[in-house]
Amino acid sequence: MTVVEIRIELKKGVADPEGSNTRKTVESLGFKGVNSVKTVKVFEMDIDAPADRAKEMGEEMCRKLLANPVIQNYKVTVR
Amino acid sequence: MKAEDVRVCVLRMEGTNCEDEMALAFETVGAKAEKVHIKQLTGVVPADMRRSLEDYDVLAFPGGFSAGDYIRAGAIFAARLKSSVGDQLKAFVDAEKPVLGICNGFQILVELGLLPAIKESMTQVPTAALYNNDSGRFECRPSLLRNDNRGKCVFTSEIPKGKVLTIPSAHAEGKLLSSDPDFVAELEDNDQIVFRYVAPEGDAAYPWNPNGSPSDIAGICNPAGNVMGMMPHPERVLTRFTHPDWTRGYDSEEGDGLLVFMSVMKHLIG
Repeated sequence: MTVVEIRIELKKGVADPEGSNTRKTVESLGFKGVNSVKTVKVFEMDIDAPADRAKEMGEEMCRKLLANPVIQNYKVTVR
Repeated sequence: MKAEDVRVCVLRMEGTNCEDEMALAFETVGAKAEKVHIKQLTGVVPADMRRSLEDYDVLAFPGGFSAGDYIRAGAIFAARLKSSVGDQLKAFVDAEKPVLGICNGFQILVELGLLPAIKESMTQVPTAALYNNDSGRFECRPSLLRNDNRGKCVFTSEIPKGKVLTIPSAHAEGKLLSSDPDFVAELEDNDQIVFRYVAPEGDAAYPWNPNGSPSDIAGICNPAGNVMGMMPHPERVLTRFTHPDWTRGYDSEEGDGLLVFMSVMKHLIG
């Protein structure tokens, strides 16, 4: 059994309205110095496979479903 | 082919919510529309519920929030379809049968790699994305759409080039993006741009362009012209009574959106 963490984040230059709205809101709550907020999505998967195979599977899932290469980068790490 | 022989598959799954209007739109122009659940094409269902794509002449993806917009809008619908009947879908498109995607349907076509499909009819991975509106929120209001297609798209054959239609928009992710910097020029060269947002006068700045799409693009087709996706909802304006100006001088009995469906029928039955 392997636990992999799949991190999907927006590519550089792709606007992140949720992030920028969050930044404005935390600022309005009085938190100073928050220069930027980025939203990322993390999938944690428990896979019945050895680490290297589980990582491969995670990467294939990203290509087939979890990430759109036009706007998103992905990173799969074994925990 | 006669109008009543045209069989339309309105494909739905958990979370689509515009299938009734989509089916009604095709029935209004004389076709036989059937609402088909994705499991009837891909899953284990009783024999009499089983359907095959090749039995239809038109495939239509309605709007809504398929699979709750989880992962990305349209991604789950696309993956489920592609992994099971991807070959049949590609054959359908390659046979130049009309395929329409409205709103979430457009997002599904992009995730399927059926649009913009500049180099091949169905790409392995998406080559574009319909991304969050610039405003960061759901935008819902009538849009003015100008038909900019030079004649390739089968869904606008009955709409004069340059004609402006009033069609409602209702989406949160409608900004068309590509990683190719020459994307818009390529679409233009291939006659793949179908509808652009316009304003009553001047530039189509927000809110006329509700999402920030480059070049005010609201709808595109594939290079062959048989696959079309658009964000606004023509199936919501079939009669004058759902046109926003129906009490203010809009004098046609038909709604603007009906023209899209009349066009594809004209293309099929001549």
